[in-house]
Amino acid sequence: MQFMLLFSRQGKLRLQKWYVAHPDKAKKKITRELITTILARKPKMSSFLEWRDLKIVYKRYASLYFCCAIDQEDNELLTLEVIHRYVELLDKYFGSVCELDIIFNFEKAYFMLDELVVGGEVCETSKKNVLKAIAAQDLLQEDEAVEGALREIGLY
Amino acid sequence: MSSIKQVINEAVEKGKEVYDKVRQPNPIRLRDLIRQIRSAKTAAEERSVVNKECAAIRLTFREEDSVWRCRNVAKLLYIHMLGYPAHFGQMECLKLIASPRFTDKRIGYLGAMLLLDERQDVHLLITNSLKNDLKSPTQFVQGLALCTLAAIASPEMARDLADEVERLLKSSNAYIRKKAAICAVRIMSKVPELLEMFLPATRNLLSEKNHGVLITGITLITSMCVQSPDTLDHFKKTVGNLVRILKNLVMAGYSPEHDVQGVSDPFLQVKVLKLLRILGRGDGQASETMNDILAQVATNTEATKNVGNAILYETVLSIMDIQSETGLRVLAVNILGRFLLNVDKNIKYVALHTLLKVVHQDNQAVQRHRTTILECLKDADITIRRRAMELCFALINPSNVRTMMKELISFLETAETEFKAVCSSKCVTAAEQFSPNTRWHIDTLLKVIIAAGNSVPDDVVACTIQLIAESGEAEQQYAVAELWQRLSAAPLDTQPLLQVATWVCGEFANFLSLVGGGVSEGEVVAVYQRILWSSQCSAVTKQYAITSSMKLASRMPGTNSLVAQMVSAYGSHLNVELQQRGVEYTQLFTRYDSMRGPLLERMPPFERSRLRVSQDAAAANAAAAAAAAPLANGLHNNNNNDAVAAVQAPSQSDSNALLDLLGGLDDSANDVPVQVKSAPLPPAGTGSLNSDILDLLGGLGGGGGGDSGGTLISRTVNNGGILDTGLGSASNNLLDDLLNNSSSNLNNSTLANNTINSTNSLPVSTLPSSDEYGSLTIYERNNLRLVMTFQRQDSLTTITLTATNSSTSCNITDFLFQAAVPKSLQLQLLTPSSTSLAPAASLTQFIRVNNPNKAVLRMKLRLSWFADGVKIEDQNEVNNFPPALWQY
Repeated sequence: MQFMLLFSRQGKLRLQKWYVAHPDKAKKKITRELITTILARKPKMSSFLEWRDLKIVYKRYASLYFCCAIDQEDNELLTLEVIHRYVELLDKYFGSVCELDIIFNFEKAYFMLDELVVGGEVCETSKKNVLKAIAAQDLLQEDEAVEGALREIGLY
Repeated sequence: MSSIKQVINEAVEKGKEVYDKVRQPNPIRLRDLIRQIRSAKTAAEERSVVNKECAAIRLTFREEDSVWRCRNVAKLLYIHMLGYPAHFGQMECLKLIASPRFTDKRIGYLGAMLLLDERQDVHLLITNSLKNDLKSPTQFVQGLALCTLAAIASPEMARDLADEVERLLKSSNAYIRKKAAICAVRIMSKVPELLEMFLPATRNLLSEKNHGVLITGITLITSMCVQSPDTLDHFKKTVGNLVRILKNLVMAGYSPEHDVQGVSDPFLQVKVLKLLRILGRGDGQASETMNDILAQVATNTEATKNVGNAILYETVLSIMDIQSETGLRVLAVNILGRFLLNVDKNIKYVALHTLLKVVHQDNQAVQRHRTTILECLKDADITIRRRAMELCFALINPSNVRTMMKELISFLETAETEFKAVCSSKCVTAAEQFSPNTRWHIDTLLKVIIAAGNSVPDDVVACTIQLIAESGEAEQQYAVAELWQRLSAAPLDTQPLLQVATWVCGEFANFLSLVGGGVSEGEVVAVYQRILWSSQCSAVTKQYAITSSMKLASRMPGTNSLVAQMVSAYGSHLNVELQQRGVEYTQLFTRYDSMRGPLLERMPPFERSRLRVSQDAAAANAAAAAAAAPLANGLHNNNNNDAVAAVQAPSQSDSNALLDLLGGLDDSANDVPVQVKSAPLPPAGTGSLNSDILDLLGGLGGGGGGDSGGTLISRTVNNGGILDTGLGSASNNLLDDLLNNSSSNLNNSTLANNTINSTNSLPVSTLPSSDEYGSLTIYERNNLRLVMTFQRQDSLTTITLTATNSSTSCNITDFLFQAAVPKSLQLQLLTPSSTSLAPAASLTQFIRVNNPNKAVLRMKLRLSWFADGVKIEDQNEVNNFPPALWQY
């Protein structure tokens, strides 16, 4: 996978993950171009489009579009499953996820993606393991927060 | 004194006040900022909220405040996503990463992945932090560092941290091992020579139980195999293991942890299938080992859901790519056939895409699904239509050409503009290849020109004219009747149709009297006037029309005075080309009226010159060219009058251009940079290169020379001029220049796709069609794609190599392609059209292979280039050339 974009039906970018380096300007151009192209497509069309030398796989979940750019030899149908897996994970984590969850907790959405896909490749196929890793890291943060609060009032 | 003190005190007080006002004691929370930004009603309002917050964030950054750094960077990342500049946060991310708190590191690494990329200089700083964190006792800190490295590693970082990653790849912790494996993939792709270092660590990866480690391990091995052929051989022994893994997945009962709608770990299955494909390609023994399991997966996977189809799709690709049994291949094509009938657009698309890949191996099996494929031409989805169109052209054969062409032309009528050029060119090629008779052929080409309107590439116009010129009288008469009808009724905004029609009606004006009840001279002139005075017609169309009207005048003497009037009016036209024509032709009506008849004689049919190895043909052409030269010079010497010299300018400058070409060729003949590899070519080999170019030129001279004063000739002259300069630098650019000239209205990408088609349909060099061999992608890595297309003439195969820079930002320079073939074959590499590639640009290089013994064609490749200044070298072996290249 070369990059992944999440954007709303209004064309607002909600999450971007790049696994191949581009200058900032190029990223913006690519994002803008893809968002316009995809939003212009009709619902009955396939989820794939050929764009430059990449294959774009996208899927809409409620008001959010999930869009991945993959290489020519990658499996489009499986990429749909990767997207779906990501949505399932977000759903489990937030409890029936909606666009607002991702807007206000965008960093959590990134953390989740980083446990599922590393460097553009799927690195964990068990939902349970991903959620376990995320929960453990959240716990680490909570401990630090408690510790910080205690220190502030001089109890630590 | 006291007043000064007071003033100072007051100033200090004021300063403090201002400072407190700007500096918010507690920066607002991320959540509140997002809320504020979202409640902004206009873009300007949003901008002002963001700018205010950015100013506050900058201020706290400047104060080196570490308490709120994490919160501020998080806010900055949100602002960055909205499209505002946020690079001033880069250093803060690094500071967060260096912090001992996990919360800070988590946001810091996230920021690093978003705000830094390979190109940033701050990498030196991040490398140190990464090195420390890779050694951290906390697995999640190690995990963050690995994840970041895998996303943004530059070659320098890859070199510096490879040791650490290699160590972690052997860690006892699965969570770390799986991430380290992906890191290794990234490191290898940045610095290929580090591959060896990770090789020992892969040994245990395939006996792993944890699916995360297993899938990343397979990813690592796959990328190693793709990267180096030696490593590929090394991993052949793992085929057994992979088959076992796949078998366990397919046979094992329900496991809730890895189940996706009744399929056990599809992600892993697809990865295994892909690696099996790479290992089984061109290896009979390995292919046999995996035959059974592929059959099992193909029959046992449930096809009702997308996930099952994803696996079936991958299985089909593997079956078709390895040396599998015939029965299995039939099974695979049938799976695709079922896909085609699926209501799911995605599955349909995938089916078309894959059929297109396999159609050259198994045409008959694909033919069975022709009706369904034709249906897809009408699909609502443009991607599906494009695929269906390509597939249709691959399916055309002599027995179905009539029905297929009918469907394709009706597709062409309603197709998007972006399709029309490609589709019409392909129609022309297919018609030429399979036409049952000339009448049908002419009909088809005319229909194509009408259907494609102004999107018709120039070569299609030339092709149609050539076809009519060389057909029999009955066909010409038919064409005149058809085209006269179009010409008299057609709207004036479809240029290609007008061009063909005027050319034909002028050249064969004598048949006009036989059309319907006979066309009167007045009617004809009226039509020409309409074209010549219309503002809708392009200059090129008018060039066709004005020359055509001259021919008309010599065939229908009654039109003389009217034509002379029209022509003389053009003597002051703004367009130089048309003005020149106007002046020249006026001279023909006045001072040189006696020469008008002979000069405007009917053109002899163009000779179709083919790329031939035969030296006789070349010699004949050279002789013809030599004969043409003194003639032109003689004319020039005899007439000192400028105007008349201008009349002859076409033929003269044409032959001069021709001579220049030949001259340029002679000069460069010795240093034509030809690389001969593997087997030295006999002298005839180099001779054949020259003769082929001569041959082409012969075609050019023959086509142009006959049409003295014709419109075509002015184009030829233009071509000649450009060719001339092109030749000075690199004689082998000849073909490319020709292509560029003849289809300059095609954009680059279509041109690249279509190079061969345009070559085919050019009157100057009609090559045997390439479609029957299809195209072969021989290399697709490191942002470079190499595609070959083939033409064969007896034992000589001409391969057109198209190299495309598939990256979106990286510039390729000093591209060098070297190849070797088995001893019994002879190989000749011509100079590429360029050695550098901008993003998404392509270059072409012609390769000739002489294969007199009909041996199996194989090729070893060595490639090198600089990608943004970084040298990349690679090699590859191609074993899957279409067998039709030597089995004939």
